Amino acid sequence: MRARHHCSGLAAGLAVIAMLSTAAAADPAADPAVDPMGSAAWADRTRALFGDARVVFDPRVEVLAPKSAEDPLQVPVAVRVDPAIGADRVFVFADYNPIVPVLSFEPRGAAPYLAFRVKLQQSGPVRAAARDAAGTWHVGHTWVVTGGGGCTLPALGRGEKDWETRLNEVSARVWVDALGGTTAARARIRIVHPMDTGLAPGIPAFHLRELRLVDAAGADAMRIEVHEPVAENPVFTVEWAHAAPPLPLVLTGVDNNGNRVDAAIVR
Amino acid sequence: MTRAALRAVLVAALLHAIPAHCADAWDYALQPQEIAPDTWVFVGRAEDFTFANGGNVVNTGFVITAAGVVVIDTGPTVRYGQQMRAAIRRLTPLPVVRVFNTHHHPDHVLGNAVFAASTVEATAEAAAALRAEGAGFVDNMFRLVRQWATGTEVAVPTRVAVDGPITIGGHTFELHRMRGHTDGDLVIVDRTTGVAFVGDLVFDGRAPTTPHAHPDDWRAALATLRRWPVSVWVPGHGPPSRGTDAIDATHAWIDWLDAHLRTAAASGRDITEVLRDPVPARFATWGVVDAEYARSVLQRFPALERAELKRADAR
Ligand SMILES: [Zn+2]
Repeated sequence: MRARHHCSGLAAGLAVIAMLSTAAAADPAADPAVDPMGSAAWADRTRALFGDARVVFDPRVEVLAPKSAEDPLQVPVAVRVDPAIGADRVFVFADYNPIVPVLSFEPRGAAPYLAFRVKLQQSGPVRAAARDAAGTWHVGHTWVVTGGGGCTLPALGRGEKDWETRLNEVSARVWVDALGGTTAARARIRIVHPMDTGLAPGIPAFHLRELRLVDAAGADAMRIEVHEPVAENPVFTVEWAHAAPPLPLVLTGVDNNGNRVDAAIVR
Repeated sequence: MTRAALRAVLVAALLHAIPAHCADAWDYALQPQEIAPDTWVFVGRAEDFTFANGGNVVNTGFVITAAGVVVIDTGPTVRYGQQMRAAIRRLTPLPVVRVFNTHHHPDHVLGNAVFAASTVEATAEAAAALRAEGAGFVDNMFRLVRQWATGTEVAVPTRVAVDGPITIGGHTFELHRMRGHTDGDLVIVDRTTGVAFVGDLVFDGRAPTTPHAHPDDWRAALATLRRWPVSVWVPGHGPPSRGTDAIDATHAWIDWLDAHLRTAAASGRDITEVLRDPVPARFATWGVVDAEYARSVLQRFPALERAELKRADAR
């Protein structure tokens, strides 16, 4: 899934692929064994991912993504979970990726919302499952059509030329009273990291593994468990619904080779 | 297996899978429209590439001079180029003596291989970009229009366009290298007829594409074009027209898109939110405007969003 291929054509003027219709909003009362996204392996999939836990489709778990993404290596996704669910953990996965888990996040002081970019191997569903206090997983999803094969955008200009020296470099910004005052605060965080999946020949897996965001008062805001399919140079957007966190925010984390992330986000 | 061999196998498989009566139906039905003396345009549809339209979504043109034919852009496939050349031949026995590419995008250049390599001319930037990206363009065109693209290969222009007038068979063509839609746009103005072939610097009735665009340069180029005495403008997409309405509409789209995305990035909105914003009513009637807006957001927003971030140092 990594962009170490020779395909370099940018699909200038080349466009969109017939869009598959996204499935109608899921109904929590719908049969959880029948996938609204039409994945025949859904029952097996849920057993593998969630064991014996109860799994329901729930439109209160919103997964936002473009219907069509020409660049399958940087597909933007946002997950918004209704606070009424009381989710302590949200698991994001892509059914048709060779590595199915994308990430998990645990909203603490921050809202149950996370935006990021994902690598998709092919068109298919992107889903989020939010776990409530009773242990039930509430699943929402969307369908993304990709340009296919990662060949529609050039490797040119993607990523960092000097990423080795800038590994785990953080850039960020916090917006207080964001979005016309509808949100107490938002933070956007970018981390320089190649996020190699280990699936491209000769390139071992090299990816961020966990991130933790804490505010200046020491309160946990968000924890993120990161898997290989998160896109190169990850960009995360985190939100606070009611009160802006005291700054600076402190971001810490580690990749699978033990390289640390450590940054103070002052603005 | 080479790319070409693999493609041949795939195409053979696809050809086998379709009914026989379709096999000879790869006809773009190109109808040249005479827009000025000696000057003809094949007007494409205001659509995206589909199997149904075969990629005929672009304008190409030609000028029949006393010394031969000057072609402007060659279409999305070799089939298109062949049919274009055949349609020209029905109007004149004269050979094609020069082929200009207005820029390197696939719908404008993938018919190049039909014409003598020594006649094909573009800016140095366009030639370099096509050399770098052409193979990907061809792969993608096969994916989008399938058998329509049979035989299509990249032919990089061999002649480097320079600014200034050249006279061919009594027509004086002014070449202007510009930048904005891509790094290497070329505008061809026939001073003898007043027709300007402006490529994708101007769209009419179809939302502009922006994958290689430089918004500020593009606006500057449009402001320059607008001052020129031109009788007929031939945009890259949309009908040829008199007057500057299409220039102004393209300018307005770039203005709106650029400002909208910058504001969104500066205010911390997420790209998935921006994707859902409606296009203003004044653009809403354009062909494929929603899809093109989404493509532009996906192409342009990440860089604008990144520009808003500041380095956060270790504690
Ligand atoms: Zn173009």
